[in-house]
Parts: sequence; structure tokens; C-alpha cells
Amino acid sequence: MSATGASMAANDAAWDLPSRGRVGMYCLIVAESAIFTIFVVAYVFYIGKSLSGPAPREILHVPIFSTICLLSSSLTIHWAIAALRKGKTAVFGVFWFITLALGTIFIAATAREWRHLIYQEDFTIQTNLFGTTYYSLVGLHASHVIVGLIGLAIVMILALLGKVKREQSERCEVFSLYWHFVDAVWVIVFTTVYIVGR
Amino acid sequence: MASEAIPLTIRKGPLAVVYEWLATADHKKIGLMYIVYALLFLVIMGIEAILMRIQLAHANSTFLSPQVFNRLFTMHGTTGVFFVAMPILFGFGNYLVPLMIGARDMAFPRLNAFAFWMTALGGLLLYGSFFAGAGVSQAGIAPDVGWFAYAPLTATAFSPGHSTDYWTLSLLVAGVGSIAGGVNFIATILCMRCPGMTLSRMPLLAWMNLVMGGLVLVTISPLTAAQLMLMADRYLGAHFFDTVAGGSVVMWMHFFWIFGHPEVYVLIIPCFAFISEVIPVFSRKAMFGYPAMVAATVSIGFVSLGVWAHHMFTVGMPSYGNAFFVLTTMVVAVPTGIKIFNWLATMWGGKIRFATPMLFAVGFLFQFLIGGLTGMMLATAPFDWQLGNSYFVVAHFHYIIVGGIMFAIFAAFYYWYPKMTGRMLSETLGKWHFWLFLIGFHLTFDFMHIPGILGMPRRVYTYEAGRGWETWNMISSIGTVFQAVAILIFVYNMVSSYFVGAVVGNDPWDAWTLEWATSSPPPEYNFAVVPSVRSRRPLWDLKHPDDPDWKYE
Repeated sequence: MSATGASMAANDAAWDLPSRGRVGMYCLIVAESAIFTIFVVAYVFYIGKSLSGPAPREILHVPIFSTICLLSSSLTIHWAIAALRKGKTAVFGVFWFITLALGTIFIAATAREWRHLIYQEDFTIQTNLFGTTYYSLVGLHASHVIVGLIGLAIVMILALLGKVKREQSERCEVFSLYWHFVDAVWVIVFTTVYIVGR
Repeated sequence: MASEAIPLTIRKGPLAVVYEWLATADHKKIGLMYIVYALLFLVIMGIEAILMRIQLAHANSTFLSPQVFNRLFTMHGTTGVFFVAMPILFGFGNYLVPLMIGARDMAFPRLNAFAFWMTALGGLLLYGSFFAGAGVSQAGIAPDVGWFAYAPLTATAFSPGHSTDYWTLSLLVAGVGSIAGGVNFIATILCMRCPGMTLSRMPLLAWMNLVMGGLVLVTISPLTAAQLMLMADRYLGAHFFDTVAGGSVVMWMHFFWIFGHPEVYVLIIPCFAFISEVIPVFSRKAMFGYPAMVAATVSIGFVSLGVWAHHMFTVGMPSYGNAFFVLTTMVVAVPTGIKIFNWLATMWGGKIRFATPMLFAVGFLFQFLIGGLTGMMLATAPFDWQLGNSYFVVAHFHYIIVGGIMFAIFAAFYYWYPKMTGRMLSETLGKWHFWLFLIGFHLTFDFMHIPGILGMPRRVYTYEAGRGWETWNMISSIGTVFQAVAILIFVYNMVSSYFVGAVVGNDPWDAWTLEWATSSPPPEYNFAVVPSVRSRRPLWDLKHPDDPDWKYE
């Protein structure tokens, strides 16, 4: 620890701290993970404890297509940012748009699923414990997807206006961390709701 | 303002000043707003406490109705945790962390303002229930479900009207503010340190606020999740805590205490930070065992996440559950003991100055130790079966919250007031404040243990004569008079010293951390030149160039 004057100067030159955007986003992700953990615990605890029907197996269909869409959007956003870092704004715009489209397909599929459950199956948050935990957990995730889509759309508009350049790649990457998180949470929610819980 | 040639000489109208404070993103102004806001709520919760103590002073009292008593203890507890302790500590952290790590502001200044205003909104919502909580059903004006709001008491069937809605909404909103604050603390401490301020040279206050920020992320979030569930139950007809539909009320207890116990550490760790700054300066010695202090803080943070169900021994758990939570709770005593010994070792052989901050710090050491020891008693499951939900528990946690947290906060006020205002608090009034508060505290809370052991349950609005509880309750109530007078002296001191206190320079206490390197109060930009540090005590190095600390660290 005993630094001489010379080595101190060397230290100064190398004074490098983590990016605050990245650290802030990781912190947000930790906090959000804690919220999701509580909802997942509640879901798992109440599996099979509903006093009345319907049971998950009777009405839930595994949303394979929309899951593939959401998970592949993680890849496309990664490619978008890789392109932006090299200054290829057109490639960035294309991949960013695909990400936005894939996310929209996912949320539309969720909306269709809910519409089917509510109108055809007459299954709501009030029906039983399964309804309570299903709508709250899937809904919590869907609301995060919607927030992500709003963010994606804002960046998309800025990109169309030609305002997103290489200098913004760091910020876009911080945002993409959130999107990756939303995708990763879907893996947990999907496993809990459609595999373990069904 | 920036376009003006000499902005400081321009006299601003009152509206401009109000706007400046409302729209500010400066960490110092936000910190002061947190503190002033919390002090207002401190007075309110104190009045609530005094009303309850008047009611309990003698048997069969009819001063308050049972309904009002229920509202008072609910509001007293909720206010104390969320709108006094949290904002005061966030306020000091906001004010001090950037100054102590040599930064010009927090990492996200606007997020910081957002966090404060969310907390402020939460407090207004909680007290808004006094105006609108009754609702059309006229079902009671303020929350009366207790600060931990056990289900099914919070269900619409048992809490008609809107008072519980105000409670849950208030904590949700304030929780979002706290999480934003936690994110900001971590990002600031990790990313905004001045050159040379490595993690191992950071003031302990910064370290402890870092741990506090991390705890906020993982503890306030479960509370937020639980409040969302409660809202779904109340507004949407969900069944999370609805036993009729097969829901579990014990799940609420788990979710609440997963938040509730680490929350205590969210509150006490910044207090450890104050004590770790005050004791070295007033003992004229460098902190003893800095790395051990950091390690102990981090381990307290981790262990605190695994102890929550010691609040639930009386609910009933399998024996392995009891054994687990008894053991984890007792483990907390190890790092806490390390801290106490480190503070004592810092004082040992030092040239101690008993100025008011030091008096409060010593009071903290003693009372926090006693509160910790009664905590160990309650951590023993069989003992808890006997005394759970009695006044012994109430005495225990007030020993921590008043005897520990409040004393540390008072130490912080007397220590940093000159930095925040440029004037000293009166030492004479400070000593009166200390001694009266000390006497009042011990009268109230030492004697509160005894009716608990004699079987007096908490949250009863009155009790029968002839059970041997009267004397102890009367002594407890008399103690509040001393505490109230002490607080009035404190408030008077804060206000009068702002106008007539002795003007101080940068560094009235001859301290060693960076906040004392800039003027009092600091300019908006904190440091004209961003400092560069080479040891844990940068100001010592500056004052003693012949014998700097960095030669030995």
C-alpha cells in the first residue's frame, strides 16, 4: 500500500471506474429479480392448492412460438449493438426493428392467450389460486416487456431521425441489459408456469 | 443563473427560492430535504407515542378509545420506520457520500430527486388517510392493522374503507423511492470516487452506505412485491392471502419479514457508519481494524438475509426451522461483536474529547449492546415462545431503534451540523439534550422490559389493575416527558444555532475525511478542484505532510 510519488502518478493515469449506467442497471436488475423471486415463490407454493377448477393442464397451452420470438430478440438486440459499436447505423436500425417486432409478437401472443382464457374459458384472477398467481406472475413479466417495448420504440424513433450514432452505443447497451433481463426472466416464468406448474 | 456574472450576490425572491428547492437535483439540497422532512415526521410520531403513553400510564384508562389506540400504534410504527428513520439516513447518506468520496454529486442526480419526491409522496399518502381514509363506508380514518399488517386483517372483509389502501399504496410508493435511492448509492460509491480513493481507502461511511444500498435492493423489493399482491387482493379480488380460497396468511408473514428483518440492518448500518466516523475523530486515533470493520459489515448484510423467521417462532414452525433461525440469528452477534470491540479499541488509549457527538456515540455503544443482548434472548426460540408479542419485545426493539439508531442520528446531527450550515450547534444545549434524553430513554425503555416479563402483551389499549404492571407503565410514561423536553431543546438548538451559532471554518472538529476539506456549507460543486487521495485519512496527510498516513497503510 505504501505508494511513492512516482507510482502514485502512475495510479492517477490508470484511474478507471466502472460505468455508472451499467452499475445502475445491474442494481435495478437485482432489485427486479427480488420482486420476481417473491412472485415465483408464491406461484410455486400455490401449485395444486386451488380449491376449485380449472387446473393449469386443462386450459394452458404452451406458448412455444412466442417464447422463441422473445428469446431470439436477445440475439438480435446483441447484433444491433455490435453493429452500432462499429458505426454501422443502418444495420443497427434493422436489427433494432426486428427486436421491436419480436417483442411485439410476444406481447400480442400473451394478449391473445389472456383473451382466450378470459372470454372462452371464463378464467380470471378471481377464479382460484391458480388464476391469482398465473395472472400476477405472467402479468408482472408482461408489464416489464411493455416497458421494454416503449424503450425500444423510443430508440427506434431516434434512430429513424438519425440521432443514434456510435457515441450512443454505450447507452443502448445499458438498455439492452434490461431487455436481456426480461428475456431471462421469461425462461424462469415459462419453466414455472408452463412446465413445473402444468 | 449560470448566465449571471456573480450569481451569489443576487438576492432571490421567495418564489425563486422555493422553485430552486423543488426543482433541485443537488445532492446536498436533496439530503437536507430528506432530513427536514424526516424531522417533521419525527415530531408527529413522537406525539403519537406520547398519546399512547398517556393512555397506558395507569390501568383502565379511558383517555383513548381502542380504535384510536390501534391507529396510533400503526401510524407510529409505520411512520417511524419508513418516514423518519429511512429518510433521515438517506438524507445524511445523500449529503455525505459524495463529499466523502470527493465527488461533485451522486451518480444520477435526477433519479436522486425522484427518489426523494417518491418518499415524500409516500408520507403524504399515509397521512392523507386521515382526510380520505374513511371512504363512503365511514370505516375508520387511518390504518389500524399494525405496522406489519398481518393478513387476513388487511382483507377487505376486515378492513373496509380505504385506510388500508392508503397504507399499502404509501409503502409501495415509498419503496420505489427507496429502491431508486439504493441504486443511486451503489452507483455513486462504485463509480464516482475521486482519484486514489480505492475501495480500501474509502471512509467507512461510504462502505457502510454501499452495503446499505445493496440491502435496500434485496429487501425493499420483496416488500414491494408483497404490497402488489395485497393490492391485487384488495382491488382485483385475487386470493394471495385469502384463506377462504386456500390462500395462506403465513405467506404474508414470510414475505413481510423477509423485508422486515433486513430492514433493521438497512437502518442500523448507516448508524454504524456515523459511529465509525465520530469515534475516531473524538478519540484522536485512526479507526481500529478497518478491514475487519468492512468485513463485519458485509457479513452482517449477508447473514441478515437469513434470519427473518425469528419473528415467527410463535406462529409455529418445524423444529429444524426453529433451529435454523435460532442459529442464523445468533450468528449475527459475531460480526456485531467485532464492531463493538473495534469501536472500543479505537477509544482505548485515545485522547477522548467528550463533545456532544461523542456523548451520543458512547450512549449508542452501551445501549446498542444491551439491545443486542435482549435480541439474543429473543432469538432463543423457547424464550421467544414465552415473551413473543409482549412488552419485552417492544422494549427490545425500541432499545435498538431509539437507544441505538436515534442516538447515532443525534451524534450525526451534532457532528455534521456545522458542515451543513456553517455554524456550530450550542454545546450547552447539546449536553442538556443528551442527558435529558438519556434519562428519559432509560426510564421509558429499561422499565418497559418488566411488564413484558410479567405477561403484558403489546398492542393492548389498556389493562386491568392489580397485575403488577401499573408502576412500571407509570415510570415508562414519565420517561417520555424527559424525552419530549430533550427533543424540544434539540429542535430549539437546531433553529437558534442556525441564526446565532458560532461561525465555523472548514474543519471545526479537526477531522480527517474529505467533507471537511471544503467550505461549510459546501458550494454547489463541492470541490473547486477534484481532490486526489493517498490514504484513508486524506486531511491528516494534508495537515501532517511530514508524517502522512500513506507511509503506513
